[in-house]
Order: sequence, then structure tokens, then C-alpha cells
Amino acid sequence: MNSSASQGSPLGVDFVDLHRHFGEVRGLDGLTLSVEPGELVCLLGPSGCGKTTALRILAGLDHPTSGEVKVAGKDITGVPANKRDMGMVFQAYSLFPHLTTADNVAFGLKLRGNSSAERRKRAGEMLELVGLSEHADRYPHQLSGGQQQRVALARALAFRPSVLLLDEPLSALDAKVRVQLRDEIRRVQLEVGTTTLFVTHDQEEALAVSDRVAVMNAGHLEQLATPSELYSSPATPFVGEFVGLSNRIPAAVDDGRVRLLGHSVDALPGSVSGPGVALVRPEVVGVEADEAGNATIASLSFRGPVTHVVCTLASDAAVGPGGVTADQEITAQIPSGHAQRLTLGQRVRVTIEPVPVLVIAG
Amino acid sequence: MKRWVRWLILLLFAIYFFGPLVSTFVKSTETSPGHHSLDAWKALVTNDEVFHAIGQSLLLCVTTVLLMLVLLLPTMIWVRLRLPQLSRTIEFLCLLPLTIPALVIVVGINGVYAWVNYFFGYSPWVLTFAYVVLVLPYAYRSLDSALAALDVTTLAEAARSLGAGWFTVIVRVIVPNLGAGILSAAFISVALVLGEYTFASLLNNYQTLPVVIALFGKSNAQVSEAASLATILFAAALLLLLSFASRRSRGRKGV
Repeated sequence: MNSSASQGSPLGVDFVDLHRHFGEVRGLDGLTLSVEPGELVCLLGPSGCGKTTALRILAGLDHPTSGEVKVAGKDITGVPANKRDMGMVFQAYSLFPHLTTADNVAFGLKLRGNSSAERRKRAGEMLELVGLSEHADRYPHQLSGGQQQRVALARALAFRPSVLLLDEPLSALDAKVRVQLRDEIRRVQLEVGTTTLFVTHDQEEALAVSDRVAVMNAGHLEQLATPSELYSSPATPFVGEFVGLSNRIPAAVDDGRVRLLGHSVDALPGSVSGPGVALVRPEVVGVEADEAGNATIASLSFRGPVTHVVCTLASDAAVGPGGVTADQEITAQIPSGHAQRLTLGQRVRVTIEPVPVLVIAG
Repeated sequence: MKRWVRWLILLLFAIYFFGPLVSTFVKSTETSPGHHSLDAWKALVTNDEVFHAIGQSLLLCVTTVLLMLVLLLPTMIWVRLRLPQLSRTIEFLCLLPLTIPALVIVVGINGVYAWVNYFFGYSPWVLTFAYVVLVLPYAYRSLDSALAALDVTTLAEAARSLGAGWFTVIVRVIVPNLGAGILSAAFISVALVLGEYTFASLLNNYQTLPVVIALFGKSNAQVSEAASLATILFAAALLLLLSFASRRSRGRKGV
């Protein structure tokens, strides 16, 4: 770790039963969430789920109707934004247009009374950290969108904030820059070790950069888990449907086991018992050419290394109670090399890997 | 269009605009038929009354611009940042003077000026208060469009999160980015103040430049013409400067 960039010992953040009502609308409806010191947690959810509201309340730019925000165990709910010591990067470009890159980065230091020599040194370090040393004397309008957000990140970290807040910092950028910058943000965050909250509606982004992901819905927390746990073991129907692609296959749960297309797999905690709908990831579905199979191929779509195969299940495919309806479709994601041997309309056998699945009410 | 047609149109307009100016200049130098001198122009600085009036008008420009900025700038920024629900009201109030004829305003504020004169005396700078009202609509428009071009909310939030109090946000972050808007508000105010006659003449016959020009028009036409031409040229130079300033700042934003 680069010692000059590190920020001192990181602090934990707690949201305690946070409510924020906008008239009739409940922007936050009892959000409780704990972020460990030094962790990067993504707040992920559909628009209107309250993720940005939560971040703005933590920053002091919005105020909760009730509930508490704590940093390092200390209630900061009443502290004004400029006394909270939090670095923030915004979705909109927020660099000060009249200041050079270096002066933008040094702004927070200047307000804290650092000497001009200290400011220049620290701004230089931070610009080096985000790879923009040679742009120190440029003005924001001379930088690309991605560069501006990198400067904004440097500016937010320059004064060694207790917490770093990222409010959809990548959504104004184009796809390629977005992926680059997302990895760069993670690298910088690991280097400085600052506790970070990252708001995004892009689940790929969230899964790629987070230590843990907090999935939010309708103003409350649905699940807080590591990306792989979130993906393989969704705790609620909402998480199961929101994160990743899922097939919805009729199934029945009996004593912790799910009967599903003639297979029997474990049910995840939180599943219903009795008949329901199993959420099955496309990558656990296999497709084998078989003249006596239970499905036909309806479409093949090439996605580079993998191919998505949509199969129409025959109505006699063995399932739980109720059977499958005649037009039940299932999507498989298989290696493209394997998919080359398949053709449209071909009779196939659909198999399912025995991994635990979540079964929700139908 | 043919080239010569364009030049012809340009020429016609040039005659239309510059003809009066040139003839004013010629008249201002004509002492008697056939005799020309620059005496009237020298009188602008040597004639005490005219020189004093120029000084008073320039002073009025400065005080008007300063008071206008002190009142309007923080108000408009604050309304935009913290009280957006008031923006309609503020706009209405600021544009109101535009809809009322100057004469009506003069009659209306005559009573107020009895008090103004009581507290501040009779020197022409007290016109500042009336002139701030007069320039309000134009200054408001300039500042409003400058504010609209800036993402004030995000800049303020960014500055707040970096540790800036509201005063610092306004003085160190918002105002420095309103340069062109402030300049244009100031220049338009100056141009208005330099040409204002009704208030100055009717409120208390304050000896501002336009009032003195009108006065001299009856006794010493040359000096009056030289003074009005000088006023026009000064205002034109200001407006030219303004358009350069706003173009430069547009260039700076890379638009």
C-alpha cells in the first residue's frame, strides 16, 4: 500500500431505521445498514428505491424524517454537510469551472487551512494516484468526461475524508470508459482504504467493484451480501429477480427440496413451500442434442464467448404439480463452441445443474 | 445574393446609423457657418458644469452597479440554491419596473424621495436608489441566464461536501463562475444610467449628464452635441466590450 495516499484508520458507517418521506412518498422506509470500516459497499436498486436519498442523507445534503446516521458509532444526523468530512463524487460533472485541475483537487485542503506548499504536494499526489499528473494546469472544460470524474475522485479524497461517497459517478460516461473507470475507482479505494459507499443502478458495476452489495427496494434493505453470495443465494424474491437473469420455472418445494424439470435440487432459505416459481440462472441450464429430448430450440443468440439458447419445453416435460404450459421457455447460457453444434428447431434435452435455487410464490 | 447587393445594404445601414453621429460631430465642431473648431469638445473638460455632470453620472453608474450587485446577486443565488419556490415571485418583482412607464414611477416615488433627500441630502448620487429599480429587469435577465448556464446545485453540493460554508460557496464557487453575467448586468446598467433623463430631471432636477446636455441644448448647442455624442460612444464602447467579454467566457467553457 502507498503510505502517502492512505487516509488513516477507516471508520464504519451505520444507518439506523432511516425514514425519509417526501409528502406521501416514502423515499426511505426504515433503512438499516451497517458498513464495516474500509469496506466498499454498493447501494444497488431500481430508480426510486432510495439509494441516492440514503447517500445524500449520509452526506448531509438531505435530512431524514426520522432515524439516525452514525459514523464510527457517533450520531452525526444533526451535523451540517460542510462539517461531516465526507468526500463525494457526483453523477453530474461537479468540478469548479474557474479553477484548474490542481486547484480543484486542493479546494478542500485550502478550506482546512493547509499551506500552499502542502496543498500543491497533496494535489500532486492525488493527481498521480488517478493518473492525471500531466493535466494539473488544465481547466475542467479541457478534460474528457472520464478525466473530469477522475479529478472529482482525487478532489474528494485529497482532504483525507472519513468516508467516500460515490453517487452514480459513471452513469454520464460511455460504456468503455465506464468499465475502465470503475476498475480504477476500486484500485484507488483499495489503495487509500477509505470506507466507501457507491450508489449505482448498474448491477454489473455493483458486482464488479464491491466488497458487499446492499440491494435496496422501496426504501429498505433487501439483502446485504458479497457479490457472489448475492448472485448464488438471493435472500428475497426481489433480489432473485433483480440481480442477474433468471428463468422462471414452475416448481414445487417439499421439505427443503425442489422438484424442477425432473431434477431435485436444494431450496434456498426464504423459498416458499409447496408449488411456486423457481428462479434458475441461465448458466446452470444445460442443453444436449437428443432426439428424444424434452424441448426444441427456439432461438440462438451469440454473445461472444457464450451463446444464449432459448428452448421451448414440451408440455410433457416432467415438472411439479400443474406441469408446464405448452409455451414455457427456458434460457440456457452455454459456451459458444458448444452452441455451434446446435441448430434452430432441433430437439434437445434440457438439464439443470444441482445448485440450490430460490422458489418464490407464483 | 450578389456581392454588391450585400455591400449596398451594408452601406445603407451604415449611413442610417452613422449619418446622425457624423452630422452631430460636424455640428458640434461648427462655431459659425464655415468655421470649425474642437472648442465644444474641450468644454467637456473645461466647462465646470459639464465636467461636474460627467463626474456625477459616472459616479452614479458605479454606485448603481454596486448596489444592484450587492442586492441582486446574493438574493438570486440564494433563491436558486435554497428557495426555488420563490423564483417566480422574484422574477415577477424584478421585471415589474419594465411594465411601468418611467413617468409613473417618478410620480410614485416622489414622496419617498422627500425622505431620501431628508436623510441623504440633495446630491445626485441619491438617484442610485431609483436607478437600481430602473435597471433591475435588465440586470436580472443577465444574471439569471448566467446562473441557468451553471449547475449551481451540484457545484454548491460539491463545495459543501468539501467543507465550504454557505458564504464560501457563494463567494468562492458560484460568483467566480458568473463573470460574464455580472459584467453584462453591470454594462447594461451603466448604459441605462448614462442615458437616463426622466428620473433625474423630474425628481429634483439633479444635474446628471443627460439633464445638463438638455439644458445646454438651449444655450450652447455645440457643447450639448459633443456631450451626447461622447455619451453614445462611451455606451457603444461598453457594449462592444461586453460582447467580447461574453464571447471570451463562452470560449472558456468550450461551447
